[in-house]
Amino acid sequence: MSDFVKSIDRALADPVLSSSLTRFSEAYRTGRARAFEGIDFEAVRTQIAERKSHAARNLDVLAERFTQQAQAAGAKVTRVSTPVDACQYVLAVANQSGARSIVKSKSMASEEIHLNATLEKAGIEVAETDLGEWIIQLAHERPSHMVLPAIHKTRGQVASLFSRQTNEELTDDIPGLVAVARRELRSRFLSADIGITGANIAVAETGSIVLLTNEGNARLVTTLPRTHIAIVGLEKLVERFDDIQPILTALPRSATGQLITSYVSIITGAAENTDGTPKDLHIVLLDNRRTEMAADPVFSEALQCIRCGSCLNVCPIFRLVGGHVFGKVYTGGIGAILTAWFDALEESRDIQSLCVQCGTCKDFCPANIDIPALIREVRDRVTHRDGLPFLQRAAYAVVNNRRLFHAALRAASIAQKPVAGGGFIRHLPFALTSMTEGRSLPAIASRPFRDDFPEIPQPECTETAIFYAGCLIDFVYPETGASVVKVLNHAGVRVVFPMEQTCCGAPARYGGSPEAAADAAKANIDALSAQSADYVVSACPTCTAALKIDFPELMDKFGTPDQQQSARIIAEKTRDFSSLVQQLASQGRLKFKQDSPGAGVTAYHDSCHLKRTLGVVNQPRELLSAAGYEISEMAESDTCCGMGGAYSIKMPAVARAVLDRKLTNIKATGAPELSTDCPGCVLQIRGGCDAAGIDVGVRHTADRIADRIAD
Amino acid sequence: MRYPPYRVITEGFIRQATAAGAEIHLVDGSAGLVDRVTSLLGDAGAGSASNEFAVCAAASVEGIGPLAGLLAAVPGVRFDVTRETASHAAVGITSADWGVAQTGTLVCDSTAATQRLASTLPLIHIALLPSGRIVPDMAAALSHLDPQKARFIAAITGPSRTADIERVLTIGVHGPKRLVILIVQDGNAGDPRP
Repeated sequence: MSDFVKSIDRALADPVLSSSLTRFSEAYRTGRARAFEGIDFEAVRTQIAERKSHAARNLDVLAERFTQQAQAAGAKVTRVSTPVDACQYVLAVANQSGARSIVKSKSMASEEIHLNATLEKAGIEVAETDLGEWIIQLAHERPSHMVLPAIHKTRGQVASLFSRQTNEELTDDIPGLVAVARRELRSRFLSADIGITGANIAVAETGSIVLLTNEGNARLVTTLPRTHIAIVGLEKLVERFDDIQPILTALPRSATGQLITSYVSIITGAAENTDGTPKDLHIVLLDNRRTEMAADPVFSEALQCIRCGSCLNVCPIFRLVGGHVFGKVYTGGIGAILTAWFDALEESRDIQSLCVQCGTCKDFCPANIDIPALIREVRDRVTHRDGLPFLQRAAYAVVNNRRLFHAALRAASIAQKPVAGGGFIRHLPFALTSMTEGRSLPAIASRPFRDDFPEIPQPECTETAIFYAGCLIDFVYPETGASVVKVLNHAGVRVVFPMEQTCCGAPARYGGSPEAAADAAKANIDALSAQSADYVVSACPTCTAALKIDFPELMDKFGTPDQQQSARIIAEKTRDFSSLVQQLASQGRLKFKQDSPGAGVTAYHDSCHLKRTLGVVNQPRELLSAAGYEISEMAESDTCCGMGGAYSIKMPAVARAVLDRKLTNIKATGAPELSTDCPGCVLQIRGGCDAAGIDVGVRHTADRIADRIAD
Repeated sequence: MRYPPYRVITEGFIRQATAAGAEIHLVDGSAGLVDRVTSLLGDAGAGSASNEFAVCAAASVEGIGPLAGLLAAVPGVRFDVTRETASHAAVGITSADWGVAQTGTLVCDSTAATQRLASTLPLIHIALLPSGRIVPDMAAALSHLDPQKARFIAAITGPSRTADIERVLTIGVHGPKRLVILIVQDGNAGDPRP
């Protein structure tokens, strides 16, 4: 077992970590939503994205202007390219002034350059003064969260750390522990020779740095010692003083659900020391590959980040494993991206693989960064550099040969007989056991939908739809395919099923092999273009997203002009099942059974790709309601179920923990049924219910609707 | 931009600052200010019969004038603000330049180190905010300050706080445990009381 897998298992087994992170993730959503009341989040994040991307495109100009302005105001500004250079500069300042003792307020940039280790090696005492950072320093650990560094520690653990530090027997009373920190650190503040901070914003126009804190430690760090050194990542630069505003609006709200932090300090050049002398202020502008990132057409977007940590707080994986597993210095989704640059691509190989691509962080990012897409790009570059593992490469090769792939599925349907029963595979032997831990796998259908379809007589209609089934409906859930056809026929839509259609390529797309995904796209473009139709319909949101979004993108990169044109035509016609049928129903083209008391109660699970990639939220609910179902809304209905395509096979333990949470939420609704629009979610959740003995019927919305069609 | 009436802005400031954990008192003129400071110091255990004292970094308040003579009458108030006095003081008194209604924030030009010493080191910070100095939002407050002159702009919202141990909100880590805002009426801006 690799060290990384061991670290995941350890984190999942740590009851403190996951319960405190989970409780936080729940409280965070409520607090954040309240803090943003009356604020146009989309407008604010568009502003931040504009101003920060403008800054990223002009880093050199802004750094130059910042340097001039801050120096005119009495600061010394230096720009360094590597972490070593940054450490050496700080050390030189310390040595020149004969400094023995340093106090620091929280700075991720100083963590990034591992400053404390350098200073301590030189015999200089360093005290972190942010309470969480001090706890971590005493424990000789690194922060597990960008905003809440010690969230993985209990009060008991803090009490024993503080007891050892003070040689006192301290209880785990939190206000008492905070008072100890105040007392212990106060003398350090008063005696320190140098104060070190980071900066949340650096303003080129005025040479100002902006610091946000709650504890007030940055105010002491910048006021009491005669020397102040600020370590500032180049991406903190903005052009104008006015650019502070949107960041000040979004950062505290996104980070902790506060309208504003207790303290915001705007420091422009050398303010007065307590003895009346001007402050010896040094500002270190840290590059560490940021200018290289700025020049990268994809990754420059990551420089918009304002380090609020919301991508950590809403991530269904982060809350289970924490930042010691999901990240290095920078943690969570943005951490997976920054690590690939600030450390090395190789360092992010394991970390990025934790992302399930559910897209939640993208919805919450106040800098409008498409974090999942950037993680996919890290993934692509990792596989491009290292090559795909043999098995994965072989698998894509098989999938991209439709005849071979479909023949293999048919063979598997026969081969699975010894382990399949009642439509499920409950146990797999040998190395495959982890695939069935916590969920039963569906048996491959004895007859795929493509064999059934020719036997469904098609009515003459004015409208025609191409049905794109996708592998799961075709080979595992053919009954759902039949439901789709039944509903469309009932609404007056004739269905055609091009037999040459094959896997949509999503596994390769999300697995770091865009070339293989493009090959799959081309095969499908050929198959679907051969038919003329009004719609292309899919009942799999991942396939729908592939047809609608990925195919055109992949063809722009890998296809001929003809293929690009065809991809666009297909994309325009592509509809997910529920949105199309809800539209047809609202036109009065479907007649549902009018029995009483109706169809019963169902909970609804929003699949990641339907909600966040395709933006479809209300249509399935309206459709189910129109068909006579009563929806029982479930907590975290749009949180990933842990399937994530191949994710549940690569990261079985994590996927299972995510699934457990989903099952708990399903049970809490008390609904006897659950509906969802994604066959992958059906697979995961139905398998989970079967393995856990939960008596909830899990079915695709298409099956629910087909049941309710009036005869 | 059209701002809501001044009374509404002041009410908003009071509501938001209170929500952030600050204590607010409205004081009338110099007599009201002296009364209030005296009683706050008394509550804090500072005054004639004790060694506890307050340091005052505010020289004057808009609409009232210089404070030295005025607060000299209050037992336990000192105007010599140094590292030593401020780190032993129970109370620090400073002026505040602007109040921001949207978030209940005080915005202060803290270029003078005495302003920072008095507002960071003691457990209680009393800020004197002229009643005519409340603006709707941060942008409005910052538009009145030139960072080239105001080398250290401090925005303060409520007392010092942390949630770093088990996310339990705890007040008074490194800065003040109590932030008391005295809205000092200058008699010209109308009655800001709700």
